[in-house]
Amino acid sequence: MLCDVCKCNDATVFLTQILEGKMQKVNLCDACSKEKGVQDPTGFALADLLLGIGAAEEIEKCAPSERCPVCGFTQADFKKTGRLGCSSCYLTFSEGLGSLLKAMHKGTEHVGKLPQRAHRALELSDRMRSLTENLQKAVTEENYETAASLRDQIKQLEHELAAA
Amino acid sequence: MKFSNVMSTGGEWLRGEGPHHQIVISSRVRLARNLRNRAFPGWAKKAERTLVLEQIKPRVEELPEMQDSFSELLQDLSALEKQVLVERHLISREHAAKSIGSAVVMNRRQTLSIMVNEEDHLRMQSIRSGLQLKSAFKLVDKVDSTLEGKLDFAYDPKLGYLTACPTNVGTGMRASAMLHLPGLVLSELINQVIQAVNKIGLAVRGLYGEGTEAMGNLFQISNQTTLGEKEDEIIGRLSKVIETIIEKEHDARQMLIQKKSNTLWDQIGRAYGVLTFAHAMTSKEALNLLSIMKLGIDLGAFPEDRRLPIDELFIDTQPAHLQKSSQQKLNAEERDQLRAQIIRERLNVFPKPDISKVARESENGSTAAPTNNE
Repeated sequence: MLCDVCKCNDATVFLTQILEGKMQKVNLCDACSKEKGVQDPTGFALADLLLGIGAAEEIEKCAPSERCPVCGFTQADFKKTGRLGCSSCYLTFSEGLGSLLKAMHKGTEHVGKLPQRAHRALELSDRMRSLTENLQKAVTEENYETAASLRDQIKQLEHELAAA
Repeated sequence: MKFSNVMSTGGEWLRGEGPHHQIVISSRVRLARNLRNRAFPGWAKKAERTLVLEQIKPRVEELPEMQDSFSELLQDLSALEKQVLVERHLISREHAAKSIGSAVVMNRRQTLSIMVNEEDHLRMQSIRSGLQLKSAFKLVDKVDSTLEGKLDFAYDPKLGYLTACPTNVGTGMRASAMLHLPGLVLSELINQVIQAVNKIGLAVRGLYGEGTEAMGNLFQISNQTTLGEKEDEIIGRLSKVIETIIEKEHDARQMLIQKKSNTLWDQIGRAYGVLTFAHAMTSKEALNLLSIMKLGIDLGAFPEDRRLPIDELFIDTQPAHLQKSSQQKLNAEERDQLRAQIIRERLNVFPKPDISKVARESENGSTAAPTNNE
């Protein structure tokens, strides 16, 4: 069996980590295991290592010619660095990143802090949804006066949304 | 503020106060943020990096928390000065390797340090002494909320804050505590603890973070994951684990006093002897011996009022601090000599270890009683 890192020497160190029920395996040769600090249990986390190996393979699931329209980053660059090019890369490479993030983190969706700006946008879109619903209701009920007022409010809100 | 001021003012967390300060040296919380649609620092060309820097740095400097701050471009700091900041955990090793297009801004108390164009556009870190993760988070969270009003941060409703490395996406938060665990190391229980901590998705690392060796019985423990969990949940989980480790460390110390007292006194006596009389010492040896001295103070073998000189030596004997204070660049051999000299001088009037005191205290059961303020 070949080493997962250098892919040329025979693997002599076999690592298995079970993290929250998910099993992760890495096979390393002597030289790579030393270089990665595997033999020093205090300075070593399997996830860091897996990021280098697994990440590259995961992201290959995207179309190979994919290039981030904002920063020009490609999956080959990710393979080299283990880092992305810009915030838009998350959208460009979303397909491959999805399973990678799943393996790496506790969940797949952010539940933490919301920036004020995002908070406001969320409020506005909630209001927009309820206004649109009310408008449809008013139209079906042939309540045209209410409908006209609702339409004006929606227009106003559209401006606010664009500004936010 | 000038660099000389950074050197002379110790930084609040170095004073060793705060809850559980005997075992928890410091608590740190850092947040990673990036500007929307701007190449991350590792991918950006020099011009774009500089542009981002010019956009971010003034906003950081005008923060109310940053009045009378130390603010410097990385290219204007010498290699030695950068290393001093690394040794104080005010910048990362990665950041110290940066030059044009990167900066560091920190407050006078050295409780808040903001790196511009490290791996992410912004790395904001708060550092407190003892176990104070919540208050460290509070400070850095407030700074983040102020900055988000002035800067357009990359944020995705599903993935949260977007970062250069997918391991940080979501909260962008890494909370960590530096623990001093000589009891667990001496009683050979440390590997069990590390394995248990790893198993529940937390990372244990050496003195200077990722990939560094554990020296001086110092260990950093931090959250590994950043997506799918709220900030306060992560901090709560981490704090709980740290409190358990503190308990285990106290148990290990008690066990050593009761069952392996001769080994313990031998270690403390040797550390005292070598530190007081050596004429050459590497920083690794110094850290390991100082760690035992610190344990000696915790256990009552040395008077409590000798704690500060030992804590200060932990930092002052680090290679860059040594050279910066001596105002010259030294080779390894000269450093080892100077280090031994400084330690000898500071321990000149240090009392001999008094074991009788420890035995008495342990009988009363009053040794190292934990206090919890969090």
